[in-house]
Amino acid sequence: MGGFAYLAPTSAADALAALSQAASAGTRTQMLAGGTDVLVQMRSVDKGPRTFVDVKHIAEANALHIGDDEVFMGAAIASAELNENAELKSMLPGLIEAADLIGSTQIQGRATIGGNLCNSSPAGDTIPALIACGAVCVIASPGGNKEVPTEDFVTGVGTNVLQPTEFLVGFKIPRPKGKTADAYLRFIPRTEMDIAVCGAGVALTLDDGGTCTAAKVSIGAVAITALVVPDAAAALIGTKVDDAALAAAAAASSALAKPITDKRGTVEYRKKVVGVLTKRAGAIARDRAAAR
Amino acid sequence: MSKVHVSTTINDDTVEFLCEPHQSLLEVLRENLGLTGTKEGCATGDCGACSVLVDGRLVCSCLMLAVEAEDVQLTTIEGIAGADGLHVIQQKYLEHAALQCGICTPGFIVATKALLDKNPNPDETTIRYWLAGNLCRCTGYDKIVRAVQASAEELAYEA
Ligand SMILES: Cc1cc2nc3c(=O)[nH]c(=O)nc-3n(C[C@H](O)[C@H](O)[C@H](O)COP(=O)(O)OP(=O)(O)OC[C@H]3O[C@@H](n4cnc5c(N)ncnc54)[C@H](O)[C@@H]3O)c2cc1C
Ligand code: FES
Ligand code: FES
Repeated sequence: MGGFAYLAPTSAADALAALSQAASAGTRTQMLAGGTDVLVQMRSVDKGPRTFVDVKHIAEANALHIGDDEVFMGAAIASAELNENAELKSMLPGLIEAADLIGSTQIQGRATIGGNLCNSSPAGDTIPALIACGAVCVIASPGGNKEVPTEDFVTGVGTNVLQPTEFLVGFKIPRPKGKTADAYLRFIPRTEMDIAVCGAGVALTLDDGGTCTAAKVSIGAVAITALVVPDAAAALIGTKVDDAALAAAAAASSALAKPITDKRGTVEYRKKVVGVLTKRAGAIARDRAAAR
Repeated sequence: MSKVHVSTTINDDTVEFLCEPHQSLLEVLRENLGLTGTKEGCATGDCGACSVLVDGRLVCSCLMLAVEAEDVQLTTIEGIAGADGLHVIQQKYLEHAALQCGICTPGFIVATKALLDKNPNPDETTIRYWLAGNLCRCTGYDKIVRAVQASAEELAYEA
């Protein structure tokens, strides 16, 4: 059994080589982004030795390209940095707001969307927002890059599709076109610094007449992984996203949710609130889309 | 277990140290380097007592590995006062009685510095949200908010 070690590769190729080498030597590795989950867990539940592989120096994981059709967002970019990017914020306000909800100013200075997804908590705030805006995960793997839709990435509480020899490079997100916009809302009993009781992300497209032509809805903290709610999207498409359509979408989210009862809320409460959040996030996305 | 050699800049001084790969920056600042102004309240990112600036950005030093400090510019509470005395922010915290036991104060002052560097004229809501990651069990926060507002006014006046 080895001790702790720390590596800071500067390219995806070097990181992959380090991961493969450690895997063949039987050494445990852990990717390190902002460390806001890693260090907390290392002090409480998981104290075992490992080699940290820092993603923050990997060039590919720091890239941010805003292309005509697609945005590439590196997995190592801290939430505070994303929030300071005015173009990104106006393009994907829901996703960036979700990143902005994570912890305090101090936490946002380090925490990444990639770390939030890879930590794979049922309550991870950016996960429904990523799913709603159609983000695809780009995974560096010894056989070449792989692409996995965000909704297929998390497999259970704290587990995901990554192999020990792989890591998340970043996200490909379709650039919102025409009247397309997203929104994310979560409910917490305080105004800051808490874990979501539940959350809802909505992205939708309106035609020039204000009729919804495409929609995606995802809900968080109401099942072991974030869920896609196809019936909620179907309730919005073809409508003007009026009160009746939003109420139908809300009912679809409440019906699909399979929450647990814990100190943050009961099953009944979460099912109700996730519907309310779906309705409100839908209205925000609609108003944003209409304003474009 | 092999120690790692780190070279970094702390409060404008070049500093080299040896640390374990899993030691937090907070632990190394306090125990290896004797910079005990930075406090530990929780070690889980919740209280902000350990706040420092890393390349100008506010972070919790309890949630950063010391090895990650390689080649960065760190500012701790020891680097806030100037050669000729307390920083305006420190003075305003004193004048407004924005501290009692003082354990949270270094973190609040570093966080206030980061805020006013970025936004010299924040409104009260901005101040309260910015400082939401700094906990104080003594003052009830109002006096801290007044001290931040007074610091902003004084710094604007000086500029
Ligand atoms: C005080 C506090 C408040 C918080 N509030 C919230 C909140 O409101 N909402 C919320 O959702 N979360 C919250 N969190 C949890 C945490 O901050 C987030 O999950 C954050 O996004 C994690 O990002 P990170 O970059 O710090 O990840 P890290 O801690 O570095 O990593 C998290 C996990 O992902 C893995 N990982 C990271 N990057 C990669 C990669 N590129 N490839 C493969 N694996 C990778 C790591 O190995 C680890 O298992 C809070 C944490 C604290 C301490
Ligand atoms: S000691 Fe770091 S946040 Fe409390
Ligand atoms: S002055 Fe005692 S905790 Fe703030």
